[in-house]
Amino acid sequence: MLGVGAYRTRNRPARSEVLPVPIGQMTWTLTDHQGRLVRPSDWAGRPVMVFFGFTWCPDVCPTTLSDISLWLEELGADADRLIVALISVDPERDTPDVLAGYVSNFDPRIIGLTGPADEVAQAAADFRATYRRVDKEGGDYTMDHTAGVFLFHPDGRFASIIDFHEDRRFAVPKIRRTLS
Amino acid sequence: MKHFLLATTLIFSAPAAMACETVTIGDLTVEHAWSKATIGAGRPGVFYVEIKNSGTTDDALVGITTPAAGMPMLHETVVQDGIASMPHAMSVPVPAGQSVQLAPGGYHGMLMELTTALKEGDSFPVTLSFEKSGEVTVNVDVLSLRAEGPDCADAGQ
Repeated sequence: MLGVGAYRTRNRPARSEVLPVPIGQMTWTLTDHQGRLVRPSDWAGRPVMVFFGFTWCPDVCPTTLSDISLWLEELGADADRLIVALISVDPERDTPDVLAGYVSNFDPRIIGLTGPADEVAQAAADFRATYRRVDKEGGDYTMDHTAGVFLFHPDGRFASIIDFHEDRRFAVPKIRRTLS
Repeated sequence: MKHFLLATTLIFSAPAAMACETVTIGDLTVEHAWSKATIGAGRPGVFYVEIKNSGTTDDALVGITTPAAGMPMLHETVVQDGIASMPHAMSVPVPAGQSVQLAPGGYHGMLMELTTALKEGDSFPVTLSFEKSGEVTVNVDVLSLRAEGPDCADAGQ
């Protein structure tokens, strides 16, 4: 058991070494839930909040989107310039139409992004996020994915991550620090 | 038990009241059973509940069944190194003298193969099977996809 732990420590870089690249250096092109192409350059000068998920996800994703909706309500108009995006790690099922139906349940400032598999992979690489398809019995599948919420300053620099199990009271101050 | 459930259903016919009902079996108290609305029947639904064991014997939730879904299963959301995964849980321990919550971000029932989309305001029964205490059926309130839990006066948050 100790041996396994040591192996992991040696081979997996600490999280601080794998920060997301600045928004301006990202190279993905995705489609939003209204069918419009979105590129990182479209977000220039705006604070950004991104999380990865998928609409077939019954627990983590609606919970995170509910939390984000509450934070946005608490921030009110201060968050109107904040880009808030859910990037689907399941583009096979999450078409723009599917995402539109999904995000309509939450704060209207949240957009859904999807695209071809290689563009989603590029986005995950740029954000240093990971995801993996897990096949289940009967041909169904689910996705493992990075659960944190990524925050970026208006100049595109990575700001911080709101971890899934972090005390949610710290979230709003973290977001606020990216807004000015 | 059926009569008891029927009576409770009639009394608490107002929406969002059934999640606040309490059902007991042996030393176990089961309450705050709720679910979230789904978009269509293709996506899995979710089942959350609170179980208190006031006895001196450990028990465990070993399975759930419901007419609302063809394949209901117990799962646990695990976040390790920032990655969320959702492994199948063979059972959920309900230790003596303790409370266990199936709640967002942790243990939950995953309702696959829904017979119909779950709509806010609907309710459906779920039968919980315990290793020692046997089976008990609770009524589950469907709340909005945005809900974080039922609004009960005594909700143990």
